[in-house]
Amino acid sequence: MALGSVWVFAELNQGRAASGALELLTRARSLGAAAVEAVCFGPEAADAVAELGRHGATTVHLCADRAFAELLFGGPAADTLAALVAEHRPDLVLFAATHAGRDVAGRLAAKLDVPVIANGLDIEAGDAITVTTAIFGATQVVRTEFGARRPALALFRPKSFAAAEAPDAISPRVVEVQAVIRDCHRRATVVGRSVETAAGPKLEDAEVVVSGGRGLQDPSNFELLREVATLLHGAVGASRAVVDAGWAPYSLQVGQTGKTVKPTVYIACGISGAMQHTVGMRGAQKIVAINKDPQAPIFKLADLGIVGDALTVLRQLRDELRSRQG
Amino acid sequence: MNVVVCVKLVPDPDSVGQLDATTHRLRRDLAEPVLDPGDEFGVEAGLRLVEAHGGEVRVVSMGPERALDAIRKALAMGAARGVLVTDDGLGGSDALTTAKVLAAAIGREPFDVVITATESTDGYTGIVPQALAELLGVPAVTFASGVVSDGTALTVTRQTESGSETILAGLPCVVSVTAGVNEPRYPSLRGIMGAKSKPMDRCTPVELGLEAVGGGAAAGQTVVSVTAADERRAGEVVTDDGDGAHRIVLLLAGARVI
Ligand SMILES: Cc1cc2nc3c(=O)[nH]c(=O)nc-3n(C[C@H](O)[C@H](O)[C@H](O)COP(=O)(O)OP(=O)(O)OC[C@H]3O[C@@H](n4cnc5c(N)ncnc54)[C@H](O)[C@@H]3O)c2cc1C
Ligand SMILES: Nc1ncnc2c1ncn2[C@@H]1O[C@H](COP(=O)(O)O)[C@@H](O)[C@H]1O
Repeated sequence: MALGSVWVFAELNQGRAASGALELLTRARSLGAAAVEAVCFGPEAADAVAELGRHGATTVHLCADRAFAELLFGGPAADTLAALVAEHRPDLVLFAATHAGRDVAGRLAAKLDVPVIANGLDIEAGDAITVTTAIFGATQVVRTEFGARRPALALFRPKSFAAAEAPDAISPRVVEVQAVIRDCHRRATVVGRSVETAAGPKLEDAEVVVSGGRGLQDPSNFELLREVATLLHGAVGASRAVVDAGWAPYSLQVGQTGKTVKPTVYIACGISGAMQHTVGMRGAQKIVAINKDPQAPIFKLADLGIVGDALTVLRQLRDELRSRQG
Repeated sequence: MNVVVCVKLVPDPDSVGQLDATTHRLRRDLAEPVLDPGDEFGVEAGLRLVEAHGGEVRVVSMGPERALDAIRKALAMGAARGVLVTDDGLGGSDALTTAKVLAAAIGREPFDVVITATESTDGYTGIVPQALAELLGVPAVTFASGVVSDGTALTVTRQTESGSETILAGLPCVVSVTAGVNEPRYPSLRGIMGAKSKPMDRCTPVELGLEAVGGGAAAGQTVVSVTAADERRAGEVVTDDGDGAHRIVLLLAGARVI
């Protein structure tokens, strides 16, 4: 069965195509589909078109209605996408497993009564469409095949694929569409928004991530992490335990419910290594762990494990990095 | 305020999970099943809403007979009554089937707010709340880290990848709460004793008017294989005797990041 159109639901991130969309477009190009297209909703959608095109979208279905920023996004987006799917009948719609991606895909599956696979890591399309997911802290790999119902919906964890521009990219055709907004969705409005800004590279993009967990003992010690991260031109990350405790903002959380990072070096300080944390960082090229408990599970995946006090080691690390930089 | 909280029975998250080699389903016999710790935040959020605005908390679960234990814990915390949808055919249900069953059970009575966790500890698809909201025809305010109400609408702070968003949502709606949204209470002894006499309803999908739900292939997807992942190999573990930081510097230099 030949694969028809594959669509990528492209989110916007501060006026640009979100990296997840570019990753998915890159993967979609190699599935042998009849067409690879993107769908992009939001007031700044037009700004993302060129980049979506460079990554392989030949058509961008676009809706720049302000409602997508003024209302809770998931409902209107799912309704608008459902109308487009009914009209164009893609075989497969790919989503990044972000908050918005889940909000839209979950609703769309229910609306169209089609299957959806979450937490995807890879996808193959041959006689059937098969999605790979990982369970139990990525210790087991599961392959799940879609039946015949179309479209098939799948969500992929960020960083499952590396984004790359298409060598033969063309400037995409832009199809402007009307937003479809049911009354129930007008009842949920955005009344405030705040963006955490941190100096230095973004957590998802940083080459070095220095993360802290409950073993840092006190929220004020996060300052030490920040100093070390700055010296390394890296970013600070956190375990959920310390995010829940209010020591660090959620935007720094690494793991299953937080960000997935794939830095060159990941340094886990006072983090036990629960599987919900490690799924978000096990893709790092090198992992360093500092933990006072020699039995901590994090040591099972560390390239370098230091059994000791995280604060002591971090202070020495800071001082040594400072003296190297003169 | 009529609040419904969805609660799930999951294998104790502190034990290591395993799939059955032939059925490809979670082996629930290996770990003691418990109320999903994530759902305790949902129960607490629901109790706080009714404590402030009156009404009651109803808990709904889909699962095996043992899921009554999860409901009972929520009743012991203070929920008023519970319903369990149970049927052998539901084993291995996907997210959409789960949402259909929960929606049918919830929609039998009027509701103002439906609360779930953002994701279950064992399945973690993180899409049941949204599918449920779609089937109920209401908004889904997901990833809530704060929920307050004036009795007619909810003001929800929700986590976003880059920060946070404040949503004003009219009722009815679905809210999925994150861990950390509140501090769940422990059931009191009186609560535990009282739970035994609270109404507990048990029904099948057919009784809810759902004829054709079922897990596995009927849901449009089939597990074709489960294999061990490539393990990351542990490297060197050393005790810090003053040179830990220096070893890290050498690794950083080797990786060419300094
Ligand atoms: C559905 C679900 C989703 C989740 N999602 C995430 C997620 O996205 N991200 C995430 O991180 N977690 C997540 N968790 C939580 C996860 O299971 C763990 O509870 C959490 O990662 C633990 O954080 P921690 O390692 O900081 O704390 P702990 O587990 O308490 O570990 C602290 C560690 O610090 C060490 N320590 C103590 N003192 C020192 C010292 N002086 N020096 C060095 N080491 C010291 C201790 O030996 C210990 O190993 C999730 C859980 C669930 C159920
Ligand atoms: N079988 C179930 N019974 C009751 N609630 C459920 C069930 N499955 C999922 N939920 C709710 O939906 C949330 C998200 O689940 P999931 O999408 O599977 O990660 C859970 O945390 C529960 O609150």
